[in-house]
Amino acid sequence: MMKREWMDILHHEKVATDTYQMVLNGDIPGSGIRPGQFVHILVDDNFFLRRPISIADVDEQAGTLTILYKVLGKGTKSLTAKQQGDKLDVLGPGGNGFPMEELKTKRALLIGGGIGVPPLHYLGRQLVEQGIEVISVLGFQSKEYIFFEKQFNELGEVYVATNDGSYGHHGFVTDILPGLEGRFDTYFSCGPAVMLKAVSKELTGYDGYLSIEERMGCGVGACFACVVPTPESDAKGYRKICRDGPVFKPEEVVL
Amino acid sequence: MSNLSINLPGLKLKNPVMPASGCFGFGKEFSDFYDLSELGGIIIKAATGEQRYGNPTPRVAETSSGMLNAIGLQNPGVDQIITDELPFLGEFDTPIIANVAGSTVEEYIEVARKISRSEQISAIELNISCPNVKEGGVQFGTEPDLAAEVTRQVKAVSDVPVYVKLSPNVSDIVSMAKAVEQAGADGLSMINTLTGMRLDLNSRKPIIANGTGGLSGPAIKPVAIRMIYHVYQQVNIPIIGMGGIETAEDVMEYLLAGASAVAVGSVNFKNPFACKDIIDALPETMNKYGFSSLEEIIGGAHR
Repeated sequence: MMKREWMDILHHEKVATDTYQMVLNGDIPGSGIRPGQFVHILVDDNFFLRRPISIADVDEQAGTLTILYKVLGKGTKSLTAKQQGDKLDVLGPGGNGFPMEELKTKRALLIGGGIGVPPLHYLGRQLVEQGIEVISVLGFQSKEYIFFEKQFNELGEVYVATNDGSYGHHGFVTDILPGLEGRFDTYFSCGPAVMLKAVSKELTGYDGYLSIEERMGCGVGACFACVVPTPESDAKGYRKICRDGPVFKPEEVVL
Repeated sequence: MSNLSINLPGLKLKNPVMPASGCFGFGKEFSDFYDLSELGGIIIKAATGEQRYGNPTPRVAETSSGMLNAIGLQNPGVDQIITDELPFLGEFDTPIIANVAGSTVEEYIEVARKISRSEQISAIELNISCPNVKEGGVQFGTEPDLAAEVTRQVKAVSDVPVYVKLSPNVSDIVSMAKAVEQAGADGLSMINTLTGMRLDLNSRKPIIANGTGGLSGPAIKPVAIRMIYHVYQQVNIPIIGMGGIETAEDVMEYLLAGASAVAVGSVNFKNPFACKDIIDALPETMNKYGFSSLEEIIGGAHR
């Protein structure tokens, strides 16, 4: 069940170029958040729409959740001015997230692109706790945009790609995938639609899950702003990203 | 103690606040946040004859004091709305208003006939003002003759009162209002969104995939107040007012201009409790300005 809450900002810092990490305290973290779910944040009264931001980590006992966001416009720019001790209007947790109970994976491959990386961290942490082996492939624009490499190293093997070659592999995450053939049974990916499309194509035949980004309105499933089409065989014709997703099986949606 | 109730054709409202069409789906999602029986009424998402997918994404963009949307009337079609959505809404003690849309007069007639015969529906909001579809929609809402024709035809088949939702994208809103009043409309609903556009500086293209979208939110409230103020002076049917309402004070402003009830739209996205918060604040706000009933406020700016 989603709640609206004024959460306390416990910690806020820049972790990479245009990328910030924030730790929020309140009741929402205790409500059984699944990896892949998001919080819908109202930056302040100067903004009319909330911003959906995925959850990168949860500490239920401490009542905290961690988010990472990238400055992409006026709203996220204003969010950077928030300081430790300030309060933030948060609606959450939104969406369904990854279906943790249904997973049959023994060896998981996490594939994240840019600001799509954070939800995979909370997922990876839960998978490792369940004794599942985790390999991560992370893609960023360039070296100065990289974050959370250390956190993913704690989960297992990590491969990093940068578009400009300033760190790790020069190119895209999809370049790294053929080399990992046979080392995983299920993949989990979050990032821009173009990356998700390439990943699902490259990994056809594997069991997979994609977490989709989109501009949202209400974030609760009422406004139909963030829909994704489904294959022709599906009578409904669409899924709501905020309510039915943001995590989908690749065969469930048309990217 | 303030009296918040108001009776309009087909509608016994316990208070004048209803969520606006398209901003509340079919109620289910918001029923997680509060009891929908607290609402004055519910105006549900537009129904068309057949299932519609709507426009490509992105479908929304924020603006100063508001937002653009171009959903494109996505809905499961009138038959499925009747079987899958209305029974749930029937569980609540609040009147339901069906928003009826179409591409042709025939489609409007078919949808209105079907949905007005559903036991859960108390009135129709005739949507001749959606700016986000290529065919029909707003073209019926910008030419008085077409507006009158579709109103007359829908009135002829509807079992419940018909409120015609007017478009602000016209040069003379009063003549539109008079045309649909003469054609038999039981009430007016005003205003729909104003057509707008935002461009992305990087791509140099519109942010919304449809190009244009409908502007809603506080940015359009003065436009709606002006239009209702002028229409109220020229027609004798009640007006449901909407456009950027966020507070009980906004509701009072609408009532003073001439609205008999209001619909609360895009602020539901910002605050899912918006309608409830406004209803809760209304008695005290009325009291502050010396009113004890809605009748005393409605049209107050004209006295």
